[in-house]
Amino acid sequence: MDSIPYYPGCTLNTVAKDFDLSARDAFRLLGVELAELAKWNCCGSSFPLTPNNAIALTGPTNVLVQSQKEGGTVSTLCSFCYSTLKRTNEAVKEDKEDKKNLINNFLGTDYDGSVKVVHLLEVLRDDVGYPELKKHVKRDLKKIKVAAYYGCTLLRPKGVAIDNPERPQIFEDFLQAIGCQPIEFSHKGECCGSHLAMSREDIVVKLSGKVIDAALAGGAEMITTTCPLCFYNLERSQKHTQESTGEGSTLPMVYFTQLLGLALGMPVEDLDLPKNFSDPRSLLAAKGIVEEAVSVGA
Amino acid sequence: MKIFIDAPSKKKHPFLEQVERETGEDLSHCYQCGNCSGSCPVSDEMEIPVSQIIRFVTLGQERTVLESNSMWVCVSCFQCQNNCPKCLDPSKVMEGLRRLSLRKGHAPIDMTRVTGEFIERSPQQAIVAGFRKLVP
Repeated sequence: MDSIPYYPGCTLNTVAKDFDLSARDAFRLLGVELAELAKWNCCGSSFPLTPNNAIALTGPTNVLVQSQKEGGTVSTLCSFCYSTLKRTNEAVKEDKEDKKNLINNFLGTDYDGSVKVVHLLEVLRDDVGYPELKKHVKRDLKKIKVAAYYGCTLLRPKGVAIDNPERPQIFEDFLQAIGCQPIEFSHKGECCGSHLAMSREDIVVKLSGKVIDAALAGGAEMITTTCPLCFYNLERSQKHTQESTGEGSTLPMVYFTQLLGLALGMPVEDLDLPKNFSDPRSLLAAKGIVEEAVSVGA
Repeated sequence: MKIFIDAPSKKKHPFLEQVERETGEDLSHCYQCGNCSGSCPVSDEMEIPVSQIIRFVTLGQERTVLESNSMWVCVSCFQCQNNCPKCLDPSKVMEGLRRLSLRKGHAPIDMTRVTGEFIERSPQQAIVAGFRKLVP
């Protein structure tokens, strides 16, 4: 079994535990062990955009230093972690001035930017490969229509994008490989409102609402994401719309690793599928993908 | 009569210099095409859209810029950067303006609006990223 160093990050260690666990189990079924870094810290969640803010690079650099000790590659799931680690790595690698020395002196290290930062969607495409992935599919997902929502940081800036930022295909190809039917929709790379969840929920409701509306207009029966914050925002927006208008269709939501686990034949109860507003169970049961849904919302 | 550009007026405004130093961006590249504002998902929430922010900065309109809400509703989605034909990164300009504004003592986010329920239920990344925008 292959093993790949894995950085879960803060959110996957707490409120998005379902994302983390479904990934570990599903990848194990593919013969890939996600080996959590022995020591890790928060990446800082957002890359410091101004150049004279070296201190904000020390956290993510520390994660990269640890990754280097454990094999020189680090895989991530959360879109924020992916972007922050990858951009930090590029910043250290390309730094010609004294920023690199400053960070290394602060951390007591000698890091040069040599670690490879990958997202697990890239691992599925490049290391596992879709033909191999198809061979492992045990459960028929019956061409369920899924909207692949990329959000921002997997696609932008283009220098760290996991695919073409204008016409990404990696998420759709993955969905196709596991037996879903990816749908085209206009807002797959539009913002959900991101960290404004803290200060301006009204904007989040509006932006995420547009994403949901676009997915529904594209014929989606379900939406899948790679980011716990996108997930939270899309869910909050659906809840808000339901509560304020009393109508509007809700779109079941899952992390892509839960869909992967489902396709690989994992028992539904092990997937810790979302409850309440985004519960996909009744849809999965109606499609005959899983046995009749038992209410677990209570 | 020949008319020349007056040499002293070519000198950069101190505020423009400060913003360029803070962000590492050369704002003279901007030719006001508006692609950034057009692709920005929160343009209509901004008191001054991002392309106009850049124009105000080059004109040295410090108070107008720093007292606007624009950089505080910026979501750092990088659409502006992705769509700039001159390879500028307006998201960096927004970050630089947030920091300059904080150093002037502006307190743009009312922390009393952040509920306990949010802290308990939201993803940590939202809290960390949200507070990261408040570091001067």
